[in-house]
Amino acid sequence: MNSRIELKNHQQEIFNFRLRLFISVGFVLLLIATLAARFVYLQVMRYDYYHTMAEKNRISVMPIVPNRGLILDRNGVVMAHNYSGYTLEITPSKVKNLQATIDELAPLVNIQPRDRKRFKKLLAESHDFETLMIRSRLTDEEVARFAAQQYRFPGVEIKARLFRDYPFGEKTSHLLGYIGRINQKDMDKLEDEDLAANYRGTDYIGKTGLEQYYEKELHGTTGMEEVEVDSAGRAARVLSRTLPVSGSTLVLSIDAKLQDIAEQAFGDYRGALVAIDPTNGEVLAFVSRPGFDPSLFIDGIDADNWKELNDSPDHPLNNRVLRGQYPSGSTIKPFMALAGLFYKTRSPERTISDPGFYTLAGSSHRYRDWKKDGHGTVDMFKSIVVSCDTYYYGLAVEMGIDNIAGYLSRFGFGKKTGIDLEGEKPGLLPTQEWKMQRFKQKWFTGDTVSVGIGQGYSLVTPMQLAAATATLANGGVGYQPHLVREIRSTTSNEVRKLEYPPNDVQLDPANFDLVRRAMIAVTQPGGTAVAASAGATYTIAGKTGTAQVVGMKQGEKYDASKISERNRDHAWFISFAPAEQPRIAVVVLAENGGHGGGTAAPIARKVLDYYLLGKVPEPAVAPPPEKPATPAATPAATAAPEVEDEHD
Amino acid sequence: MTRRQLLQYLTKHLDLPLLAGMGLLMTISLLTLYSASDQNFGRVLAQGANIAVALTLMWIIANMPLHVLMRIAVPVYVFGLLLLVGVALFGEISHGARRWLNIGVATIQPSELMKIGVPLMMAWYFEKYEASLTMKNYLIAAILLLLPVGLIARQPDLGTAILISASGFYVLFLAGLSWKVIAGMAVSAVASAPVAWSLLHDYQRHRIEMLLDPSQDALGKGYHTIQGMIAVGSGGLIGKGYLSGTQTHLDFLPERTTDFIFAVYSEEFGLVGNLILLAIYLFVIGRGFVITANASNYFTRLMAGSITLTLATYAFVNMGMVSGILPVVGVPLPLVSYGGTSMVTLLVGLGMLMSIHTHQKLVKT
Repeated sequence: MNSRIELKNHQQEIFNFRLRLFISVGFVLLLIATLAARFVYLQVMRYDYYHTMAEKNRISVMPIVPNRGLILDRNGVVMAHNYSGYTLEITPSKVKNLQATIDELAPLVNIQPRDRKRFKKLLAESHDFETLMIRSRLTDEEVARFAAQQYRFPGVEIKARLFRDYPFGEKTSHLLGYIGRINQKDMDKLEDEDLAANYRGTDYIGKTGLEQYYEKELHGTTGMEEVEVDSAGRAARVLSRTLPVSGSTLVLSIDAKLQDIAEQAFGDYRGALVAIDPTNGEVLAFVSRPGFDPSLFIDGIDADNWKELNDSPDHPLNNRVLRGQYPSGSTIKPFMALAGLFYKTRSPERTISDPGFYTLAGSSHRYRDWKKDGHGTVDMFKSIVVSCDTYYYGLAVEMGIDNIAGYLSRFGFGKKTGIDLEGEKPGLLPTQEWKMQRFKQKWFTGDTVSVGIGQGYSLVTPMQLAAATATLANGGVGYQPHLVREIRSTTSNEVRKLEYPPNDVQLDPANFDLVRRAMIAVTQPGGTAVAASAGATYTIAGKTGTAQVVGMKQGEKYDASKISERNRDHAWFISFAPAEQPRIAVVVLAENGGHGGGTAAPIARKVLDYYLLGKVPEPAVAPPPEKPATPAATPAATAAPEVEDEHD
Repeated sequence: MTRRQLLQYLTKHLDLPLLAGMGLLMTISLLTLYSASDQNFGRVLAQGANIAVALTLMWIIANMPLHVLMRIAVPVYVFGLLLLVGVALFGEISHGARRWLNIGVATIQPSELMKIGVPLMMAWYFEKYEASLTMKNYLIAAILLLLPVGLIARQPDLGTAILISASGFYVLFLAGLSWKVIAGMAVSAVASAPVAWSLLHDYQRHRIEMLLDPSQDALGKGYHTIQGMIAVGSGGLIGKGYLSGTQTHLDFLPERTTDFIFAVYSEEFGLVGNLILLAIYLFVIGRGFVITANASNYFTRLMAGSITLTLATYAFVNMGMVSGILPVVGVPLPLVSYGGTSMVTLLVGLGMLMSIHTHQKLVKT
């Protein structure tokens, strides 16, 4: 090979290599420049964006749930409060086999089938990464047992939580209601009201009763904690904190002891009782029996308990005070009398002759008085004292249904009282127009007859009747009944007093005096409720009533012993005392209690005695018979139950 | 032997500029690792041990005369290839890929050996046929490259396969592969992209898709890219300060001591730190080019050039993937990421550069 060519080749080769090396250097510089440009783009031009992203990554705002407000009675007795306890919670997303885990937990903590069912329900409603409760209110022993074995259960942990407790349990279930887990419906409502942010971290919300009505006041304001979190969401350190504001304290007008005594006075009777201070509308006692255990509902009621409560013939879930609509029976008579005086349909002195029945002109149908042979000559005073049906049949017909409705509505009949609870029913004050709308039928005069004695189409709720009685007791100046007296802030001394303006029904003092005297006489010998005031050191004004449960055929005689217990009449008693200067109005409904004077009046008396005299009933006297077998047989002045005919 | 003579003996075959650049990168490695591991000094010590082992190997390689390097080329390549076949047949499966071979005392990853073995073999081959290079020689060299690359791609380990392809391509390029062929390869690469796409594994496709739009799966496949970009971007001009990176210390960054260590560095030292890092790499690479330019024969030129360009490629690919311009392919940041294997591989390469530089100096003088 020629050495020159080889040299030339070699030089050419070196040249070629150097060229390619230069290109390589250029290539590397291009790569480096690309990176530098990328860094400038990310770190300078897009800095704000990525800075925000990093902050969003690292900072998480955690809600601090406020303590729910307390509920106290008028004397400061605690009726609802919170206590801390332990729950066992599972994070389903961290547990491989839920069923197996729960099975393994069962020997350590007591897990009932109802706990499993409830957990299943929670699981179905839950979102990812949520922790769900399998057991609440663990005992110290259970906590210790689980803690020792915790390593076996990843995704299961014990948490300290605040629980709501109602010391009076069933006795205040219809009054206080209960809180329960926030469900989708609650969430939607909160979102509509723009309150969802304040409920971040909150698990419970008032579902019924005062817990529901005063939810906003009781809940408080959620605090916030800005926490630095790692990628797993664990809090690393607190950056800032806004403390929560605990819910306000509700001070009720209810007297817990009075409520308790009223409950006990019912014995085994179902029914309702409302006591109101007539001078301001404050509700002193609010009883609907039977009640239920509100704690069952807090974490979601299990199917068995729900079925038991819901299917019970006693309807324990029904708030009878607000939602029970009953015929008022004869308790309406004082109001009817006032209506008659108002329209000047009857003067106090005008008498009728009661043969024991009433007939409409041109009809042979007999509307019978409860007293078979009648009350003889009856004026307005006597009509109330002896509860003469015939008197009121006639009065009602003479006034006409629309006048009756017009006057009774002044006392709040036929409309909600506006008490501070949800779900109140309006009762029914029938008119011609109402019947046309409801049944597409014209009103018959016969329909009016029974309305005169609180039967027929007319319906009242115990709350309505109580409010009307309080208005009457206060001489015609009524107040909206209410349960909360004041709302106390937990952070300042601020106290918001809830007061309601008076509503004057323009009662003529003379008319009021007549009716009051008659109602006092009702509780005196010769009246229908003489048992109510036996031995009383104060005067009681009252009126009995009987609400029919089943109709009687023409000529059939009501015989309590022949009728099954649940078909017996409901017993009413309305009262206020001291009659001269009323401080309390009490309305009692004893379902299937038979006669008002016999069953309902003694219950009212115990409430009056405690409130006015501080007298606590002796336990031996308090419980009425185990089964109200023969309520009509109790020694009342007029033992015979009130009966009247079903109108056609 | 005096102390001075001993020192001279020990440093005779080392290259001071390269050592200086390496020293700076290793310092950055240890400092960043301390932060990335949440101040776990044990991690730093372990990396120190990796560096010590790798430096020892580097010293041994640097002291190897060139003819020894050439002599080991074929055995290393053949041994590597046999191991790759072994992996394909008996390899252990981990994370859905068959990359490791259990040789009784340890599990090894033969593809790592081929990062050096492939360019070494190709450089040796071109040196052997230097005098009469024809198209056929380039073709055979390409086969020498594609054989191990194919086996590695099948494991599947696309990242390593691409990087070894790159180092082999650099040898071909520097050996004078005709521009026409290079252009033809570029055209056919673009044309075959759809076919290649269909041959990719799902997870590989995912990585590429995520690069185009990481936000479509922010908590899944796109998570690495997004968190890396957030770390880099939120570092800003001067960074959040040493040990103060929130992405790092609150556990948002994945693999932050290994493949994503650059995100940690970048978050804490910002653009200024990044440019300093780029400058150090540029300095090391520049020194590699100087050594390449001065290399005395064909083998050493090709070898030095390929090592230098491969180092640059690794650095670019790693920083590019962390900053979101390349798919996540599992390439460590050269000399900085935690890990013994890559440290050894890189220092073996740098040791060869030193050997190439110092032995021909000796020849010249």
